[in-house]
Amino acid sequence: MEPLLTVKNLKMHFPIQKGFFRKVVGYVKAVDDVSFYVLPGETLGLVGESGCGKTTVGRCIMRVYQPTAGEILYTNQAGNHVNLATLPNSVLKPYRRELRMIFQDPYSSLNPRLTVKDIVGEPLIVHNVAGGKELEDRVALLMQRVGLRPEYMRRYPHAFSGGQRQRIGVARALALDPRVVICDEAVSALDVSVQAQIINLLEDLQAEYNLTYVFISHDLSVVEYMAERVAVMYVGKLVEVATTKELYATPMHPYTEALLSAIPKPDPRRRSKRIILEGDVADPAHPPTGCYFHPRCRYAKANCKTETPALREVLPEHFVSCHYAEQLSLRGI
Amino acid sequence: MSITNKQLPLIQVKNLKTYFFLEEGTVKAVDGVDLAINRGGTVGIVGESGCGKSVTAYSMVQLVSRPGKVVSGEAIFYRRPAGNDKSSQIETIDLLKLPANGPEMRKIRGGEISMIFQEPMVSLSPVHTIGDQISENVLLHFDVSKKEALAQAASMLGLVGIPKPETRLNTYPFQLSGGMRQRAMIALALICRPSLLIADEPTTALDVTTQAQIIELIGKLQNDFGMAVMMITHNLGVVAEMCEEVVVMYLGEVVEHAPVDPLFHDPLHPYTRALLHSIPVLGASKGIRLEPIEGVVPDPYNRPTGCPFHPRCSRFIPGRCDVEHPALFKLADGREVRCILYENQAKGD
Repeated sequence: MEPLLTVKNLKMHFPIQKGFFRKVVGYVKAVDDVSFYVLPGETLGLVGESGCGKTTVGRCIMRVYQPTAGEILYTNQAGNHVNLATLPNSVLKPYRRELRMIFQDPYSSLNPRLTVKDIVGEPLIVHNVAGGKELEDRVALLMQRVGLRPEYMRRYPHAFSGGQRQRIGVARALALDPRVVICDEAVSALDVSVQAQIINLLEDLQAEYNLTYVFISHDLSVVEYMAERVAVMYVGKLVEVATTKELYATPMHPYTEALLSAIPKPDPRRRSKRIILEGDVADPAHPPTGCYFHPRCRYAKANCKTETPALREVLPEHFVSCHYAEQLSLRGI
Repeated sequence: MSITNKQLPLIQVKNLKTYFFLEEGTVKAVDGVDLAINRGGTVGIVGESGCGKSVTAYSMVQLVSRPGKVVSGEAIFYRRPAGNDKSSQIETIDLLKLPANGPEMRKIRGGEISMIFQEPMVSLSPVHTIGDQISENVLLHFDVSKKEALAQAASMLGLVGIPKPETRLNTYPFQLSGGMRQRAMIALALICRPSLLIADEPTTALDVTTQAQIIELIGKLQNDFGMAVMMITHNLGVVAEMCEEVVVMYLGEVVEHAPVDPLFHDPLHPYTRALLHSIPVLGASKGIRLEPIEGVVPDPYNRPTGCPFHPRCSRFIPGRCDVEHPALFKLADGREVRCILYENQAKGD
């Protein structure tokens, strides 16, 4: 199958400015040489700790940021490849219909001064899709689809609970029949019982509209549940990409192994020896030399300090950036 | 700490009621909670946001501020007097009878019972150094010199795993990373060797790898100091990893109380079951549809009649659940559950 979205060598460096003249003294390499692809209709999980650049990748795909370098190849409905990374804003508008985003915090991502109809209907107006009575009908339909009662169209966000607000965010993302939806921690701020409702909703919508999800999350249990393939990020770089089953059962990067072992499992009989990573996530403005993970890695050898490993295909469809991926036998779930 | 010690009670909360008197009405945040923690034990309090788990803890140490008020109930603290030798008499005090800002309460709070909070950046003072904040707690509770207090602070920072503790005394919270800040807060809470540590969502704001570090640290310090831990969290994974006993709360009430293993493997209350079914379990849920709990937590101003969970319950019995408010039934094996399905199994006494 041909990928719907191919990200090649994506870089997003934010300048650090200092002094009166705002001289650039360095760069935060939030995303540094990231490459992956997303197949149509699948869910790609993007996981990592806070500050690893997973949200920045999502925002680059949406072109909220202008990437420093790299390509974002998108296969449009006509089957042509367009590079979203370099497209000027004037030409970008039609693609903004096809790639949409759901945000983490349902409280700050909805304008408190707009009604649900205004929020969900705004993308329809901006893209000249509908107006007047037709707009209202479409909003009502969308609300129904995400499990909200259309009668509540004229209410403001404060009148809804956290889970209902997240549904409004989902309805807004779906308003323009997108093909790709980037879910940035879409269920992280919700209570467990409500979280399950939204996860099920996202699954249903994917089946119904053949949506492609890039599911950004730090919760590895939710990602295992949602995603077909998972990409693990550490300090702006991808460390491992594989199918969900393979990544969770036989991780090949020491960081993935540590992440998996750190998740507290909701079963007192499975209390296991955790791998405790020493120290903190490296600072992306001053990353370590060689492999970024080597100061915290249990298996680090001398050349890990000096040589930066590339992301290579160790097994079919299993990409790892570790010098010793083949030698190590790591523990999965 | 020996095993026998674990059977000794440390704190017993009885029929605690904390209400918030607001213009829109009265919110019964905690409505008749019973709770017991033994010396050196670990009790987890779980529930969704707004179920009153934090307010229960705040009430125990009288930290509920207006418009909230502890309306009734008692919190019996079995206090081992200073000197801490085992033969000495244990005195019992009702914490809720003490004046909230009186000398006795202030001695207990931060000394014998201390707390760590969710967001260390908000709960630590941004304008005082770590050393000042920790040594302040020592100076308040013990008669030592400032120099001695700082030395104690440094050794405590070392115990919680902060490298080069002497130099860290002079840093401000913003200079530390999230995990380090949470460690500093644990040091601040433990400096007076409390007999009870109340941990209110201590790992919620942290990444999984840091969360694992902090869970490990709390467990280790608990062993070393023999203190009891009251772990408040919504993360069922953290509870399963850390706790011996679990209390499940819903809308200000205890709905189930059981040891950790039966709670996860044979949950009784429909709410507990539903909670466990609604989370994806690593390595076990792929391909199985999650079963969310229908609806949302009810508005605290209009609590449902009868059992507060009945509108969302899958085993709702019309005519009973919406009328009767079930009691907390005590079963033969010592577990407690608030649901009429178990009234026949309840131990008659």
